[in-house]
Amino acid sequence: MLKSFRVRLIVILAALGIAIGYYVTEGLKLGLDLQGGMHLVLEIDDPDGTLTPEAKASAIERAERIIRTRVDEFGVEEPLIQRSGSDRIIVELAGLDDESRAKEIINQQAFLEWKLVLPNTDVDQALERLDRAVVVALGAETLREMGRDTEAGEAGASSIEQLLFNTPSDSASAEDSVAASDPDAAADPATATPEEEATAEDESGDEMGEVNFRPFSGLLNTGEVGTYLVDAEDIDDATAFMALPEFQRALPRGVSLQWGWDSIPRAGRFYRELYVLEEDAFLTGDQLDDATANRDQQFNQPQVLFELNRRGGRDFQRLTAANIGNRIAIVLDGEVVSAPVVRDRIGARGTIDLGSADMSEATDLALVLRAGALPAPLSIMEERTVGPSLGADSIEQGQMAGIVGVIAVLVIMMVYYRMAGILAVAALAIYLMLVLGGLSALNATLTLPGIAGLILSIGMAVDANVLIFERIREELERRRAPRTAVDEGFGNALSAIVDANITTLITGLILFQFGTGPVRGFAVTLCIGIVASFFSALYVTRTLFLIYLTRKRGSDPISI
Amino acid sequence: MWLFHDAKYGFIDMRRKAYVVSASVLAAGMVAMVVNFATIGNWQNYGVDFTGGVLVQVAFDPPTDDTELRDALGGTQAPTITSFGGEGDYVIRAAVEEGVSIDVVAAGLSEQIAASYGEDRFEVVRTESVGAKIGEELQGRAALAIIFSLFLTLLYIAIRFEFRFGVASVIATTHDILIVLGLLALFRVEISLPTVAALLTIVGYSLNDTIVVFDRIRENLNARGGRREDPYKLVNRSINETLPRTVLTSGTTLGVLFSLLVLGGAVIRDFTMVLILGVLIGTYSSIFIASPALLEIQKRYGTGDVRDKQKAKARRAAAV
Repeated sequence: MLKSFRVRLIVILAALGIAIGYYVTEGLKLGLDLQGGMHLVLEIDDPDGTLTPEAKASAIERAERIIRTRVDEFGVEEPLIQRSGSDRIIVELAGLDDESRAKEIINQQAFLEWKLVLPNTDVDQALERLDRAVVVALGAETLREMGRDTEAGEAGASSIEQLLFNTPSDSASAEDSVAASDPDAAADPATATPEEEATAEDESGDEMGEVNFRPFSGLLNTGEVGTYLVDAEDIDDATAFMALPEFQRALPRGVSLQWGWDSIPRAGRFYRELYVLEEDAFLTGDQLDDATANRDQQFNQPQVLFELNRRGGRDFQRLTAANIGNRIAIVLDGEVVSAPVVRDRIGARGTIDLGSADMSEATDLALVLRAGALPAPLSIMEERTVGPSLGADSIEQGQMAGIVGVIAVLVIMMVYYRMAGILAVAALAIYLMLVLGGLSALNATLTLPGIAGLILSIGMAVDANVLIFERIREELERRRAPRTAVDEGFGNALSAIVDANITTLITGLILFQFGTGPVRGFAVTLCIGIVASFFSALYVTRTLFLIYLTRKRGSDPISI
Repeated sequence: MWLFHDAKYGFIDMRRKAYVVSASVLAAGMVAMVVNFATIGNWQNYGVDFTGGVLVQVAFDPPTDDTELRDALGGTQAPTITSFGGEGDYVIRAAVEEGVSIDVVAAGLSEQIAASYGEDRFEVVRTESVGAKIGEELQGRAALAIIFSLFLTLLYIAIRFEFRFGVASVIATTHDILIVLGLLALFRVEISLPTVAALLTIVGYSLNDTIVVFDRIRENLNARGGRREDPYKLVNRSINETLPRTVLTSGTTLGVLFSLLVLGGAVIRDFTMVLILGVLIGTYSSIFIASPALLEIQKRYGTGDVRDKQKAKARRAAAV
């Protein structure tokens, strides 16, 4: 008897020791709903379904690694970044000051390219073709509804604005004004040949009859060399036109049109630049070795200094040497950040001017460039944020409710079952420690529903004790000796406790399998709680009862 | 203290009344679902977790009022605004149109508020933005989870007890879920992720309660003379024998839940309400639905014993 005691006590103390050890060393992580933070679910952007599952899997794996690097550099404590399914990433960040900034850092693709800026004439000669492509694709009726039915003969807005804006003194920076007055455009060999003009005329006659709209060229105002200016209000329509496959086919080979990222104020209106670029980038962010944020000496504006690797540096040097006097556009995620004129051969080091951006934007851009580009754009599928004050309120309320609830249960047990109730309370205290230790050991986070799950599993633990005590009382009523009654009571209650706990465990495990976020937290506490309650009711309470019984003679009545 | 000791209530005799009660509550719930479908376009008041959309909780200091906030967010075109918990807290729920990025919508809402109130007057304490795709997936997963857990417990109970016990407990649990869903529809409680967790907890709790009663029935059946005893009397006796435990356990669980309801704060109020409902209904159903269901199954299909099968066959033949 005494020996089995010792074994039982050692088992219990060992379990308790391990639980407390985990709780003290690992600590209990609080969920975002309790401490505040941001939960993001990102998915690979693949609207056309062109990516194969393998391509998605490898892209998501790389994306996870890159996001981890970025978040680590951003400096968030204990971030949670994990893949979910084949094409999603879950990011959980606690205790953030600026959520939108963190989101930008995580979600920005940061695909950097260097492209040559081409003269406007490359597109000018194709404008008629482009207009026609838009008319063919959308139909005259749609364009009339959009209000894009300006005829070729009419005096378009552009010709007036051309006069207004196309003056060198009006240009943004000294650097650019050099570019604007550069006679490069005129000297460009790629001007329209008479043959091309002729075929364009023919097609227009055949297909469109009398309709002669200029839906696209009507939106363009002359800008600096290699750019057009588009009124901010026209950007959406222009973007829609440019996305048409017919439009893309009508563009001259090797030419692409891309937006500048800053808006440019002119005479009380806002414009965006549309750049004429060589389609293929001659250098991409892959070749970056390092990037740091800085302020430029002259204008005190934020900029990012970059350093290319050896191969990139060589390429860059060769290309800049061949393009002195031309502009090179730095394109980030499809938008032109800046397009300086090359004035000298540039080696491995260069700068990206950010114009009117904040310093923090420069810092963040340098950070994401260092970490590398995401292999594919990601879109945000789910976003949850909880402010720290709400989290603090919740945890205070949850704790208060928990403490009051537990005390209520303990009082009921002690009043109802007297000495046995006190034993049960002791077992429940051990149970609570085991659950907290178990949660710490599994690195589970305690969420608000988790607290609810915990409280519910306390109910289950109490239930097991109630089942046992009721059985003991029944046996005592049949005039069994106390010791026999206790043995029989535990024995008879066993099947009900086992079956009840296992069915609840089944539900808990299914919840864990199918649930996400808060539901999972609930499931984890419920499952750990059930396992702990099993141990506490059948082993701990039993042991405490045995100790209690040895302290009295066999015939003494027990307090239950 | 030993409450309800040696109770001899005629629970089984009351089963027909219980059927009527259950049927009427179920019917009310079904009507509510149909009404909901006609008025709000969905059986239940699904939250953003399920439909996709944006929820923004803002705390104003000093407080504002509904009308002012509605005007700030576009007057008649404003999204749904509800007061939440403490003074000055509002929850704004907005739909997200297809093709619009969800984080843009949430940011847009707080910009609109800032434009009328200024940056310092309010704080965004919580945002939940869920894409429609995720919401749809979730609906499927929740239903699947419930069906799955019902199936597995049926299997478990069929193995540990007898097949009819499994069927009876699934009937009782389905009854509980449908009643709770009906009541949720009736009161238009928002169905969110935590509500689903609560529903699944009800599945667990109701089964737990039913199993304790069934365990006693099994024990009494297997005791000497158990199989010869009138099944109605035996089941009724089993319910009465477990009554002290049923009352004490349900009582303590409800005690904890009520403390959560009163002190736990606004965020988990709906969640706790659903659990309280579930505990009450689960306790009721283990007595008035699960045990009678067991008897009804036995009356129609026998106990699964060979002798019973023959008896049942003879009875059906006589009835014809």
